[in-house]
Amino acid sequence: MKDIKPAILLFVIFTIICGGIYPLAVTGIAQAVFPKQAKGSFIADKAGKEIGSSLIGQPFSDAKYFWPRPSATSDFSNNPMGSSGSNSGPTNPDYLKTVGDRVKALRDTGVTGPIPAELVQASGSGLDPHVSPEAAALQIPRVAKSRGMSEDALKKLVAAHTEGRQFGMLGDPRVNVLKLNLELDGVK
Amino acid sequence: MEKLEWLQTALFFLVLLATVKPLGGFMARLFQGERTLLSPVLGPVERLIYRVCGVSQEDEMDWKRYAWSMILFNVVLFISLFGILMTQHLLPLNPQKVPAFTWQLALNTAISFVTNTNWQAYVGEQAASYFTQMVGLTVHNFVSAATGISVAIAVIRGFARRRTSQIGNFWVDMTRCTLYVLVPISLIAALLLVSQGAIQNFSPYKTVPLVQAITYDTPKKDAQGNSLKDAKGNPVTESVTAKEVTIPMGPVASQEAIKELGTNGGGFFNANSAHPFENPTPFSHLLEILLILLIPGALTHTFGVMVGNSRQGWAILGVMLFLLIGSFAVLQWAETAGNPLVAKLGVSGVNMEGKELRFGLAGTNLFEVATTGTSCGAVAAMHDSLTPIGGMIPLSLILLGEIVFGGVGSGLYTMLAFAIIAVFVSGLMIGRTPEYLGKKIEVREMWMSIVTVLIAGVTVLIVTAVAMITPSAVASMANPGAHGLSEVLYAFASMANNNGSAFAGLNANVNFYNLWGSLAMMLGRYVPAVAMLAMAGSLAEKKYVPPSLGTLPTDKVPFALWLTLVILIVGALTFFPALSLGPIVEHLTMLGGN
Repeated sequence: MKDIKPAILLFVIFTIICGGIYPLAVTGIAQAVFPKQAKGSFIADKAGKEIGSSLIGQPFSDAKYFWPRPSATSDFSNNPMGSSGSNSGPTNPDYLKTVGDRVKALRDTGVTGPIPAELVQASGSGLDPHVSPEAAALQIPRVAKSRGMSEDALKKLVAAHTEGRQFGMLGDPRVNVLKLNLELDGVK
Repeated sequence: MEKLEWLQTALFFLVLLATVKPLGGFMARLFQGERTLLSPVLGPVERLIYRVCGVSQEDEMDWKRYAWSMILFNVVLFISLFGILMTQHLLPLNPQKVPAFTWQLALNTAISFVTNTNWQAYVGEQAASYFTQMVGLTVHNFVSAATGISVAIAVIRGFARRRTSQIGNFWVDMTRCTLYVLVPISLIAALLLVSQGAIQNFSPYKTVPLVQAITYDTPKKDAQGNSLKDAKGNPVTESVTAKEVTIPMGPVASQEAIKELGTNGGGFFNANSAHPFENPTPFSHLLEILLILLIPGALTHTFGVMVGNSRQGWAILGVMLFLLIGSFAVLQWAETAGNPLVAKLGVSGVNMEGKELRFGLAGTNLFEVATTGTSCGAVAAMHDSLTPIGGMIPLSLILLGEIVFGGVGSGLYTMLAFAIIAVFVSGLMIGRTPEYLGKKIEVREMWMSIVTVLIAGVTVLIVTAVAMITPSAVASMANPGAHGLSEVLYAFASMANNNGSAFAGLNANVNFYNLWGSLAMMLGRYVPAVAMLAMAGSLAEKKYVPPSLGTLPTDKVPFALWLTLVILIVGALTFFPALSLGPIVEHLTMLGGN
C-alpha cells in the first residue's frame, strides 16, 4: 500500500511536465521561431485577409480551375472539419462505380490516354493539397479553353508552381492546386 | 521503385541504424543508474521528484511489487482520463464547446490510451477539446510509453542479475524514462515538425472563404433535429451551398512527436498522420517513421549492453530488421501492381486510394510497415483501401504480436518470449537443457512465454468469431464480402495487440466494439506485462550457467534465422485460416475480375 502515494503524486508531476510545461514550451518556441507554420501556413490576399491554408486543399469543379484529388470527407469534399479517406476496399462495387464516374467526368473534358491514379482515387486525409505535375498537365487544355488563355502560358504557370522532391530526393514532385488556382484568379 | 525511392529508403535505414548504439547505450547507462550526458541538467529535477513522491532509488522491488506498482499506476491513469473525457465540457481550453464523451466511448478511449493502444472510435477535430488533447491524451502518450519501457528494463534485469529477487524500482524507471528520454527527444522532434508546417497553437478554429463555393446534398431535418423521410421511407435531402470552411487548429506538433516516439499512434485529427497539419512534408514523414522505430530499435542494444554481450542485442535487431524489410518489399510490390479492377477503367499506375501524394509510394509504404510492425498504429494512408495482399501485410505484422521492432518496451519483451520458445524447441531437438543468456529455461519460463505469445492471438480469434455471429457487429462493416471480415479481424487484432490502427471504414463507435475492444486491449497489454515480470522474478533468482559445448549460441546468425522461423511458424499456424477467409479470398476475387 505504500506505493499508492508515489502512484498519485508521480501522475500529478508527469501531468505538469508532459501536459503543461512540455506543450507550452513547444508552443512558445514554435510561435517565436516558426510563427507562420505554427499558425497553419495561411495564405493572405493582397488586403492581408487570410483566404486559405497552403496545406489544406479546397474543392474545385469549375472547368476554369485546376481540379484537386477526389476527397471523401463527410458533408462535402475537402471539408477540414472531418478529415478522412473513403476507406473503400479494392473490390467494393460502389467504389469501382465511383472511380468509373470520375474517369468519365475527365474523359468528358477531352482527356485521352491513361489517367494518373491520384486524380480519380481519393486521398487519405481528404484534404491533400497536391496533384502530380502529370495530373496538372492533363488539365491544361481544359483550363486554357475555359479561360481563353494560351496553353504555353499555363504550362509555364504550372511549372512555376511545381515543387520538386524535398532536398532533391525525398517524396514526389507535386503541384499545390489552391495556390495555382489563386494565381490564375490573380488573387495572389 | 525509382532510383530516388531506393536511395531514400536506404538512407532512412542507415540513419536508423546509426541511432541504435548511441541511444541504446545511453538508455543502458541511464537505467543502471550511471551518470549520463543530461545528468547535470536533469539530475536535480529527478531527485526533487523522488523527494516529493517519497521514493528512494535504493528501494528495489521484487517482481510482485513491481507489477503491483505498474497496475496501480495504470489504474490512476485510467481514472483520470476517464474523468477528463466525461467532463471535458466543464473544463477549460474548449473553444469549440465540444460535449462530453458517452461513457462507453470514454471507457474505450481511456483504456485505449492507458494501454498504449490509441484505438480511436472518435473524430479528434470534432469530439476532443484542447484540454483533453493536451492534459489528457498527450500525458497518457508519455506515461503509457514509459510504462512499457520500464517493464522491458525490469525484464532485462531479470536476465542480467543473479541470485536476487530484486528487479528495480518502477517509480525510478518511470521517472528516468520520461525525464531523460521521452521529453527531450519529443521537444526536439516537435520543433522540427513545426518547421515543416505542423501546427502548434491554441487559437479557435479558423473560418476561410472557399475560392469556389460548393453545393452538396444533406439530409433534411425537422425542428426537433430528426431526419425526415418521404412516403417510401427514403431520407429527404436538401441542397446546401458552402461558401466558407472551418479549419481546425490546436497544439498538434507536441502531441504528434510523442505519438510517434512512444509508439502510441493516436492522431490529433481523424486522418492521423495523413493530415497535412500532422505530417506536412516528405521530411516530416520520414522523421515520424524514424521516431516510431527509434526507441524499439535502440532498446535491443540496451538489452545487449545490460546482459553483458551486445551481440545478443544485434541478433534480435537483425531478426526485426529482416521481417520489417521483407514486409516492406511485399507491400511495395502489391501497391505498385495496383488494382486490376481500377486499371480496367483506364487508370494508370499504382493504388493511390487513401494515400497522400506528397510522401511518394515508397515513403507511404515504409510508414505503414513501421507503424504496424511496432504497436504505433498511426497511419499515413488508409489501410482499408490497400490492395488485398497489401492490406494483409499490416494485418500480419500486428498479428505476429507486435515484435517487428514492436511497441516501446513491449516489443522487446514479447520478442524475448519468442526467443525463449525458440531456445526451448531447439533444445528439445538436440536433447539439451535449454539455456538463454546463461539462465536455465524451465517450466515457469515456458509457461510465461507461451502465455505472452498466445494471449493476443487467442483473444483476436475468439472475439472476431463472436463478432461474426452478432448482427450489430456485422452491421458496422463498411465494405461487403471478404473485405468486411478483414475489417473486423483487423479491428480486434489491432486492439488486442495494442496497435490502434484500423481498417477504418468499420463503424467502431458502437457498444459491441467499444466494450469487447476494451477487454481485448486490457488482456493484450497486462497479461504479457505481468507474465514477463513474473518470469523476470524467477530468472533473477537463478544462478549463472557458463556456456558449454552443448549450449546453443544465441548471438549468431543461425539462431537469428531459427528465431525468425519460429515466429513465422507460430504466426502462420495461428492465423492462416482467418487470413485465408479475408485478404486471400479477396485477392483471388480481385484477380478473377469481380
